Amino acid sequence: MSPWLPAASANAPETDRLLWALLLLSCAVLLLVFALLLRYIVRYRASSPLDRGAEARKTWRFEVAWTSATLLVFFGLFVWGANLYIRLFQTSGRPLRIYVVGKQWMWKVEHAGGQREINALHLPVGRPVELLLTSEDVIHDFSVPAFRLKHDVLPDRYETLSFTVTRPGRYALYCTQFCGLDHSKMTGAVVALAAPQYAQWLRENGGGASLAAQGQVLYMRLGCSGCHGGNGAGGTQSGGTVRAPPLVGLYGAAVPLADGSVVTADDRYLHDSIVLPRKEVAAGYAPIMPSYAGQIDEEDILRLVSYIQSLATEAP
Amino acid sequence: MNTAADVVTVPLGHTAGSYLTDGFSIRSWLLSTDHKRIAMLYLASVTMFFFLGGAAAALVRLNLIVPQGLLGSAEAYNRLFTMHGVIMVWFFLVPAVPVTLGNFIIPLMLGARDLAFPRLNLFSWYLFMLGGAVTLWALFSGGLDTGWTFYTPLSTEYAKGQVVLAVTGIFIAGFSTIATGLNFIVTIHQLRAPGLTWYRLPVFIWSMYSLSVLLVLATPVLAITLLLVAFERLFHIGIFDPAIGGDPLLFQHLFWFYSHPAVYMMILPGFGVVSEIIPVFARKRLFGYKFVVWASVSIAVISFFVWGHHMFVAGTSIYSAVLFSILSYLVAVPSAIKVFNWLGTLHKGYIHFDAPMLYALGFVGLFTIGGLTGLWVAALAADVHLTQTYFVVAHFHYIMVGAMVSAFFAGLHYWWPKITGRMYPEMWARIAALIMFIGFNLTFFPQFILGYLGMPRRYFSYPPEFQVLNVLSSAGATILAAAYLLPLGYLVWSLMHGEKAPPNPWRAKGLEWRTPSPPPTVNFLRTPEVTEGPYEYAPPEKARG
Repeated sequence: MSPWLPAASANAPETDRLLWALLLLSCAVLLLVFALLLRYIVRYRASSPLDRGAEARKTWRFEVAWTSATLLVFFGLFVWGANLYIRLFQTSGRPLRIYVVGKQWMWKVEHAGGQREINALHLPVGRPVELLLTSEDVIHDFSVPAFRLKHDVLPDRYETLSFTVTRPGRYALYCTQFCGLDHSKMTGAVVALAAPQYAQWLRENGGGASLAAQGQVLYMRLGCSGCHGGNGAGGTQSGGTVRAPPLVGLYGAAVPLADGSVVTADDRYLHDSIVLPRKEVAAGYAPIMPSYAGQIDEEDILRLVSYIQSLATEAP
Repeated sequence: MNTAADVVTVPLGHTAGSYLTDGFSIRSWLLSTDHKRIAMLYLASVTMFFFLGGAAAALVRLNLIVPQGLLGSAEAYNRLFTMHGVIMVWFFLVPAVPVTLGNFIIPLMLGARDLAFPRLNLFSWYLFMLGGAVTLWALFSGGLDTGWTFYTPLSTEYAKGQVVLAVTGIFIAGFSTIATGLNFIVTIHQLRAPGLTWYRLPVFIWSMYSLSVLLVLATPVLAITLLLVAFERLFHIGIFDPAIGGDPLLFQHLFWFYSHPAVYMMILPGFGVVSEIIPVFARKRLFGYKFVVWASVSIAVISFFVWGHHMFVAGTSIYSAVLFSILSYLVAVPSAIKVFNWLGTLHKGYIHFDAPMLYALGFVGLFTIGGLTGLWVAALAADVHLTQTYFVVAHFHYIMVGAMVSAFFAGLHYWWPKITGRMYPEMWARIAALIMFIGFNLTFFPQFILGYLGMPRRYFSYPPEFQVLNVLSSAGATILAAAYLLPLGYLVWSLMHGEKAPPNPWRAKGLEWRTPSPPPTVNFLRTPEVTEGPYEYAPPEKARG
């Protein structure tokens, strides 16, 4: 199905195969229905003297037959579609993580090396990529038809989209969730580059500090270090009381909470702990951290998260 | 044996003593509790809403002729498609068949004098008009640009415009449909003629019953949801906006819990109308009556459990997506069964091609295409690519506009002689039915391709490579508009100049045909008794050609 629309990601040909199957099935059923319809309305038009014979009596046999046939075909389609969908959420190996923030009406992209883009996203071909998506305001949707992928981008939430690009090229990026006045201007380009060109692109557009290093600067400036320690090592202040948990080794670890439950310290947990610090308080600490909601935008939160991630002693 | 001839005992001078001549003052119409007059009030109202919503659609299609947007203003465009959606969904598609044809025909089909609660029926119309007036006020005093879906937090915190006023109007109109649903349920339970057992009920009645259950159970959820939207917008209570502690996905769950059943509110009446018409014009019993009946009922039940299929890319869990996918396939089974049964009815029939039948056959064709493309968007991985594009726009327009509006016209033409006492001009009606089918396909088929190619919905401007298909679609829309205007012309003309209608021009079996056209205010001078099923059509005698 791709004379007009390139299939540029590993999953795209698989989705296309499913779409082809749906097209063929639809055409077959449509042909059957229209052929029968036309045949009957010609053959059994009122003016036709054709002898109709006796009316079919045991209609339930037909009913059972076509109901079971329909169920069977539908179940097959369900399994096919669900199987592909579930595999879309499985990431293999260690993907390249890129951060995408949607806001009315633009896409802002942050690479780990500190490279920034607006309404454009440069990607390497052949390497698994994981986009971390979030929004500054309303719900947007990150959609790249050439990859047969889209996902809603929600405020105050981290959603991920994983895929591997297979073909270098420049592909359209759309916002597909209506987001207000200039929704149709919230478009851009995804540029997929072969590994050497991608490395070159990173070099040419780097120059600044990495995302984690930018996060460290914020960490100091926003006063996080006052309680969490200079390098996130935790700190004992004012008479030896420990006011805040250390952040070294936190990312990816299991965190016991004050209410007895345990959560994994992933991106979402770190994000929520910055803007809604009382939501999930680590066990053994008083809920004294002030909320940073409204004082820090999503991109800065991403920098902080990236910094805390860099403090993980071992990769999770 | 009941034949049409022995029941019509009133003088055949058909204007004498009909509901139309029972008082000529405006007051006698606006304060009437006669279900037939109220149906006429509704018919006038929904016709107005249909053409208002259609005008907005025409401007939307006009804008999309050029990639940069012909209207020159994204703001105007966004407000127009919101207006189109709001009016069409709540003030035409959901109410159209039930409040006009249902209101008029249900008591007649049951052999009753009126609905169970005639004054509630009139009150429903006033609520509907009040809700409509408030909504129109919102739309014409600045409008709003949230789309008919009101997704949060866009609608509650970010959108400008008359959001609160618009949701208030929809809220009010919602109570009108709840009252109508309640009225229908009680009427169908209580007011059936002697001998009219449940399995002798026409499928139209079963459809109206299933629809009423949906109206009564789902609409309150919409009312609550819209109220919460208004609260958050006015008082900044954090319900849906995460910035103040809410959850934006909660809105989508609540909204689609109403709005998916709403899709079936729109199409179930269509099933009912078509299941009446096909047996009449095929002169044959409806194939698999009980299966058709229970298909309607099971659609009403299962449709409450598929709302999550609107959220496959919204950030819900994978498990819920898988569950909603299989449930969506399940709800499609009864619809497929219906199509097969209509075909079975045509088999070995004696088929007449009067305009109602042409519209009904058009319904079957368009519904089949709409239903089949539903299988595409129910398949999870396919939906990830297709959702929120023009593919979805095409898919649901095939169901709601292609199929549902065809069914509305099928029913309107079929019962027009009964309602007005006049025949419509047959040739014009056939031409309109044909043009409607062609115009519809030309408008919406290109949108399937646009959707596959990735063109997003609700775009004021678009990349130039999509222009050809958009121009085709807009060209089709002009044909479709002509096809919708034609019936307005010839049906109004027939009120004055149409041939006078006999009590039963189609030689149909329904009880509504056993009383004069138009019926007297009391419907039946003698309560009919029912001794057989609804579709006991026999092959014509040899004498007839």
